[in-house]
Amino acid sequence: MIEFRMPSLGADMEDGVFVEWRVDAGARVERGQVVCVVETQKGAIEVEIWDAGTIARLITEPGQRIPVGQALAIVAADGEDWQAVAAASVAATPAPRAAPETVPSPIATPRAAGAAPASQAPVARPAAPARLPPRASPAARKRAAELGVDLDALAAVTGGAPISVADVERAAAAPAPPPSPPTVPAAAPAAAVPASQSPEAAMRAAIAAAMARSKREIPHYYLGTEIDVEAAQQWLERYNAAQPLAGRVLFAALALRAVALALHEVPDLNGQFADGRFRRSEAIHIGVVTSLRGGGIVVPAVHDADRLALPELMASLRDVLARARSGRLRSSDLADSTITVTNLGDLGVETVYGVIYPPQVALVGLGRVVARAVVRDGAIVAARTMTATLSGDHRVTDGLTGARFLAALRERLAHPEAP
Amino acid sequence: MTATPAEIRQAVIDSVQAIAPEADFTALDPHRPLREELDLDSFDFLNVLIELHGRLGVEIPEADYAKVGTLDALLAYVAARLDAG
Repeated sequence: MIEFRMPSLGADMEDGVFVEWRVDAGARVERGQVVCVVETQKGAIEVEIWDAGTIARLITEPGQRIPVGQALAIVAADGEDWQAVAAASVAATPAPRAAPETVPSPIATPRAAGAAPASQAPVARPAAPARLPPRASPAARKRAAELGVDLDALAAVTGGAPISVADVERAAAAPAPPPSPPTVPAAAPAAAVPASQSPEAAMRAAIAAAMARSKREIPHYYLGTEIDVEAAQQWLERYNAAQPLAGRVLFAALALRAVALALHEVPDLNGQFADGRFRRSEAIHIGVVTSLRGGGIVVPAVHDADRLALPELMASLRDVLARARSGRLRSSDLADSTITVTNLGDLGVETVYGVIYPPQVALVGLGRVVARAVVRDGAIVAARTMTATLSGDHRVTDGLTGARFLAALRERLAHPEAP
Repeated sequence: MTATPAEIRQAVIDSVQAIAPEADFTALDPHRPLREELDLDSFDFLNVLIELHGRLGVEIPEADYAKVGTLDALLAYVAARLDAG
């Protein structure tokens, strides 16, 4: 028996509103298949399943607000009888559904690309616990631990509603309530997100929460350098001249690949900072800051950017941007970036010093490509240049590391033909 | 393939709106840079050209991007390419 749970689509996500199932009980599902849609602050997300099997029982119904980590459905593993699993799961879980204590962290979530970690073996739900743990998102649990807030006590006040980071922070800021009788709902926090909030306001709130956390927790340092990209531009123009329209590669893809390959040489910028320490990531999943036409941004990932040949990377970037722009992102697009690139493209300004997206530890800013007079071999020549910046987390690296990265990026862009 | 100026204009508008549905051609200055007027980034612009190719069969090489910078210039460029056969 496998529990299919509400995924975490970024460290700032606490819950999501369930929209619809794309499968019925009895349906066979494969790894990576979209099985439901969840409305989040980042818009409606198509949620994939990472275990193959047969849907035994759909637990969640449309309209329900579900904390990250709570079971949405029960899935029968290969070799199990799905109807028996469904019956057993009903017997094992009386009316209230408990949020599991632990949730797979985003970085541990298997993805479609690459080999699946074998360690994701489902853990059978124990028989109904004597006492339900308070319902709280992982982010809220973490914040509660940091601030010393007692989640059990808070749960008593919220009356069983899912506990959000905002609830925790409000509880920490409030004077310690007197040991009041449980009948007094002392300053009961309101729901974190009013149901009437518009999608735009919800997205703004999500961006605000992530960026405020970043500036609160991450001591940023900032570096910038102008890079001569004339050789890269000319190489790409020659490449594209031989391509049909649909095969053309944009400079953004070339630059993204250069970032990924430069990270090979400076791996301490690639990973996630969690539980007080940095965990380097072997895989390079680059979050690409994407502006939406209706306002706001999403940061979907281009997975394994260092392992994709240029045309593949372009195709991957094209796919993910199309999904972002059409509001059809998938859970795997949002779960596990290890670094972020913000690319102001050819309409933007020349320099951006970005805010790191927690729990990542670095953000690369690529500015507009401009024509400049540069000195080459003692002569002044016209060349296209781009200002690249690095925002780094000073808890993890120093300016020297960041400088090494920018130098590696410069070297990659000087030799675009290198594999 | 022949197309009237009105047909070319409509094909361009349809191609842009397939990528940027909110693009407002009534408010657009045809002499100003098209991409800035419509807020089309490099991805959007490439997708517009793919749409346009599907509609009119004209494939605009990168080397000619400078010739299609405004709406008027793009319309003239496409008309000339269609005339040339």
